[in-house]
Amino acid sequence: MGHCYGPFLFREEKLSLFVEFPKMGRADLRDFKKGIDESFKNFTREYGEAIEHFFDPLLYFLVWLEKLFLNTPWPIIMVAIAILVYFGSRSLKLTIGAILAFLVIGYLDMWEDTMATLAIISVATIVCISVGIPIGILMARSNKAQTLITPILDVMQTIPSFVYLIPVVMLLGIGKVPGLLAVCIYAIPPIVRLTNLGIRLVDKDVMEASEAFGASYSQKLLGVQIPLALPNIFAGVNQTIMMALSMVVIASMIGVKGLGVPVLRAISNQYLALGVMNGLAIVVLAILFDRVSQKFGKRLQAHTESMK
Amino acid sequence: MSDIKVAIKDLYKIFGSNPASMIEKVKNGISKSDLLEKYGHVLGLDNVNIEVKKSQLQVIMGLSGSGKSTLIRHINRLIDPTAGSILVDGDNILSMSQAELRAFRRSKASMVFQKFGLLPHRKVIENVSYGLTIQGINKQEAFEKSSKWIESVGLIGFENHYPAQLSGGMQQRVGLARALATDADILLMDEAFSALDPLIRSDMQDVLLSLQEKLHKTIIFITHDLDEALKLGDNIAILRDGAVIQSGTAENIILHPADDYVTDFIKDINKARVLKVSSVMANEDSIKGPEIEDTVIIEDALQIVSQSGSNGAVIAKNGKKIGTVSLTDMIMAIARSTKNTDSDTVYR
Repeated sequence: MGHCYGPFLFREEKLSLFVEFPKMGRADLRDFKKGIDESFKNFTREYGEAIEHFFDPLLYFLVWLEKLFLNTPWPIIMVAIAILVYFGSRSLKLTIGAILAFLVIGYLDMWEDTMATLAIISVATIVCISVGIPIGILMARSNKAQTLITPILDVMQTIPSFVYLIPVVMLLGIGKVPGLLAVCIYAIPPIVRLTNLGIRLVDKDVMEASEAFGASYSQKLLGVQIPLALPNIFAGVNQTIMMALSMVVIASMIGVKGLGVPVLRAISNQYLALGVMNGLAIVVLAILFDRVSQKFGKRLQAHTESMK
Repeated sequence: MSDIKVAIKDLYKIFGSNPASMIEKVKNGISKSDLLEKYGHVLGLDNVNIEVKKSQLQVIMGLSGSGKSTLIRHINRLIDPTAGSILVDGDNILSMSQAELRAFRRSKASMVFQKFGLLPHRKVIENVSYGLTIQGINKQEAFEKSSKWIESVGLIGFENHYPAQLSGGMQQRVGLARALATDADILLMDEAFSALDPLIRSDMQDVLLSLQEKLHKTIIFITHDLDEALKLGDNIAILRDGAVIQSGTAENIILHPADDYVTDFIKDINKARVLKVSSVMANEDSIKGPEIEDTVIIEDALQIVSQSGSNGAVIAKNGKKIGTVSLTDMIMAIARSTKNTDSDTVYR
């Protein structure tokens, strides 16, 4: 079978085009990359400070929350967690489980890191919800917005986190805010997508009835679409929290305190126990957030139960 | 003219990428199938003219795809027409701004839907008061008004149930109460009872008729069921391929079907329940029998005559004899038309 390419032989110079990919000249390529880097650096120099100040309120809020969690005596935090878990889930089993888990976390000397992680996750979730839901509503309202935003969300979800860490760090340096931003970029797509989906899935007949009774746009949105999309929006919030938690280690690379820091240390020093312990603490937080928010979401749908 | 509540004039609706460009072709009489094949547009409504008198129950009937649901959605402009006008109390609703249109929908025309369209996350009382809360009436007042309507559709005790906890018939009672609660004078009912099983449907028809006796609303009722149309309608318009092919009272349609399509339609219905004795009245002295009013339907008259054992009855109006009717004439009038018997037996 060795000669099956025979008829496709070309003259030497033509052949080279097929063997080697036609590429940009080395110098051109270097200039091209350099140009992009330079212009971004200029942009950073020009606007970096302004952008940093723009995020200042977020930074203050995060620092304040972190201090609140760390400075409050642990028994009070424990009671607060128990109350939140109970009223979120109405499940005694889950509440006791949460208390036990946090006791173990504290006993194994991970309390402070856990509180720091809790703070950044809370702030990231609040940011994602307050930005993501309006974007989702916009997408549901206009097909143009949907076709525009969907690919951006795809990029945000699939691009390796390290890639967008570069411009974020160039722009804002190392610290809490760039870490928070990185977490949000990764964690915001599910809530946007599921808000959009939830609103689009609202029964057309119900919307038509609302329209026929003369509901205005905001009456339709707040009275019909959002309430009926709530289960989906809640699934989005849940996913957002999960994804934010999974970014904790990467965020710690650019200066975010929390459970990610010891994990990072464990990787570079091959500390198995340290890595596993902190990793499991992240898992515990994830499971708690997940179960509580799911049970809460289910309770919002009392109306789907039929005859008692 | 003042007693015309809703007037639909020269209404056309064409679905497709450029409906306006097709309107001339439709006016020049292109057929529905040609329009679809050659130009890719669907003819929804074709020169519809209907006048609905105040306090009348106008039925618009047709089979699926005849355009009846499209037509009713024009009256509160859930769908905009391609050409034509719709006057309600003399105002053209097509020239209304969005705000005026919302006000019109809130206070003038309310709607009942085939699939109920209830808000699943709200309780019965909240659903019934939905139209009122949209108008900005406070909750307590809206609830008070609504409970009156919940009572009148027979749903007392279910105020705090969610729609999913009710049967289909009860859900449609909620839908009806919701539409009545806004006190709109026009009630649009889009196949409102079609999703219900026959017994419940007949029940709901009675509920509607007894409410109408008290309320005297202008009702536009869409249905595909001729029996329902005949039972409810003061006036009936039959729609086919988007065009009105006959319009008139129930009796009128049964006695004088406009074409074969209508004839075909009415052949299976119980004419005895629709036709009045006056429609088969003659004047023969040979007929002796009990005296009956001219508005009695043949079904009842047959019973009276056969019980008396006579060969017919004397028809009277306000106590005065105006004619006679024979047993045979009545039976002939309600017998199924024999024109197409041969082909009928094939599918029976």
